[in-house]
Amino acid sequence: MSSTEPTEPRHTALDAVHRSLGATMTDFAGWDMPLRYGSERDEHLAVRTKAGLFDLSHMGEITVTGAGAAALLDHALVGNIASVGVGRARYTMICQADGGILDDLIVYRLAETEYMVVANASNAQVVLDALTERASGFDAEVRDDRDAYALIAVQGPESPGILQSLTDADLDGLKYYAGLPGTVAGVPALIARTGYTGEDGFELFVRPEHAVELWQALTKAGEGAGLVPCGLSCRDTLRLEAGMPLYGHELTRELTPFDAGLGRVVKFEKEGDFVGREALAEAAERARQNPPRVLVGLVAEGRRVPRAGYAVVAGGAVIGEVTSGAPSPTLGKPIAMAYVEAAHAAPGTEGVGVDIRGTHEPYQVVALPFYKRRK
Amino acid sequence: MSNPQQLRYSKEHEWLSAAEDGVSTVGITEHAANALGDVVFVQLPEAGTTVSAGETCGELESTKSVSDLYSPVTGEVTEVNEDVVNDPSLVNSAPFEGGWLFKVRVTEEPAELLSADEYTAFSAG
Repeated sequence: MSSTEPTEPRHTALDAVHRSLGATMTDFAGWDMPLRYGSERDEHLAVRTKAGLFDLSHMGEITVTGAGAAALLDHALVGNIASVGVGRARYTMICQADGGILDDLIVYRLAETEYMVVANASNAQVVLDALTERASGFDAEVRDDRDAYALIAVQGPESPGILQSLTDADLDGLKYYAGLPGTVAGVPALIARTGYTGEDGFELFVRPEHAVELWQALTKAGEGAGLVPCGLSCRDTLRLEAGMPLYGHELTRELTPFDAGLGRVVKFEKEGDFVGREALAEAAERARQNPPRVLVGLVAEGRRVPRAGYAVVAGGAVIGEVTSGAPSPTLGKPIAMAYVEAAHAAPGTEGVGVDIRGTHEPYQVVALPFYKRRK
Repeated sequence: MSNPQQLRYSKEHEWLSAAEDGVSTVGITEHAANALGDVVFVQLPEAGTTVSAGETCGELESTKSVSDLYSPVTGEVTEVNEDVVNDPSLVNSAPFEGGWLFKVRVTEEPAELLSADEYTAFSAG
C-alpha cells in the first residue's frame, strides 16, 4: 500500500532546528523524527507540570471538500461526521468492511463543506487511498495535504498562557476538540485544542515555510514558563499514562473498535450506510455477550518493565498480551496496556503477572487511564 | 563526550578500570548511556558469582528498551553498586563515576579490550 512512499527517511521543516538542539533522532513511519532532546523523563514531567513543544509534522493531513464532503465522511468513517459543528473536531476511526480498524483519526470541520482528516503517519497513505476509493459517487474531493502542513504542538498546563502571548485568538473560548483559524506570532495557523498527552494543549497546523519561525517564537514565549522541546519518546509515555491507544499497538486491522473498548466511536444511529456497519454490529453484539479479550491497565509491583508483545499470565497460563509498556514517570512504576481474557480483566483481579523474559512478575490490573489531569 | 584515558573498553560499551589489588570496576560508557536514554532499572550480577568475558551478566532497562549487560572480563564479582540499583539515573548522570555497576576480581581478561582512543573511534563509527 505504501509503494508510492519514498524509502529515504523524510525530514520535517524543523529538521535543522532539531539538530541544532542536539536531538537524538529516530526513524518513525518513514520520517526522521526527534526521539528526545535530553532526558525523556524530564520532557515528560515538563508536559505534566509546565509545558512541552513537539514537532508532529509527520502526521498525515487529508482535506475533504465539496457539497458531499459530510456524506462521504459519514459513509467512509464510523463516526457521525455530519453532526460535527464548524470549528469543532471529532475523534473517530476508519474501518475495513470486516470491521477491522484501518486507523484512528481526528476530523476537523473547517467550514460547512470542508474537513481536515488527520491520520497517523504510518497509515496516511492507506487512509488517503481508502477515502479516495470511497469517494466514488459522492460530490466531494479528497486532497492529499501531507506536504501542505507542518504541525507543532504545545502541551501542558502552561500552554494556554504561552500561546495567548503570541495570538489575539480567543483561547478561553476555544474548547477541547475545537479548532479555529488564527494568527500566531504573525503566522497564519489553524489553532486546535487537541493533543495526545492527557494535558491541556494546542496543536498548530501551519505552512511548512512558517514552521521554524513559529517554533522559535513559541520557544521564546515559553522561556519563563518552563517550556522545553519534547520528542516522540515522552509523547509515547504521556499517551500511555493517559490511556490513549496507539495504532499498531492497541489498534490493528485484526481488531474492531469494540474489541479495543472504543465501541462508542461507532455511530449506528447515523443516516445512511457506512463501510463496516454489518460487521461492526456483529462485533458490538459479541463484545456485549462474550468479549474475547479486554483492554486493561497493568501496574507493576516490581521495577522490571513490560514491553509490547510480552505475555500476560495467570496461574502459569497465558491469558493475554502486552500492547504497550513503559516506566511511568508520573507513577514512578512500570505500567502497561494489555489485552487479557475477560475473566481476568476486572480491576483488582488477583494473581496476574507479566512474563518478563522468563520470569513471571506480579502486576495489578487497574482501570484505564493511569493518569487523569485535574481540571 | 570524552572517554577517560585510564580506562579500557569493550565493544559492548562497557568500561573497565585498572586493577587495584586484582579488583577492577565495571560500568557502561557515556556513549551507551546516551544511546539508552533514561535508565530506570538495573539488574546486576550478585556478589560472589562468577562472570565471563563477553557473556551477559545483567540488564539495563530504559524508557524505550531493555539491554543486556555484558561482562568485559572473567572473574568473581566482589561488590555491586547499591546506589545505582536504588537510583539507576546515576548511569546517565555519572556513567564513569557514581554510575559504576560492579567490581570484579579478574581471572582472565580478553586481549581485544580497547584503549580510550580506540573506543572513541569505534563508538563514533
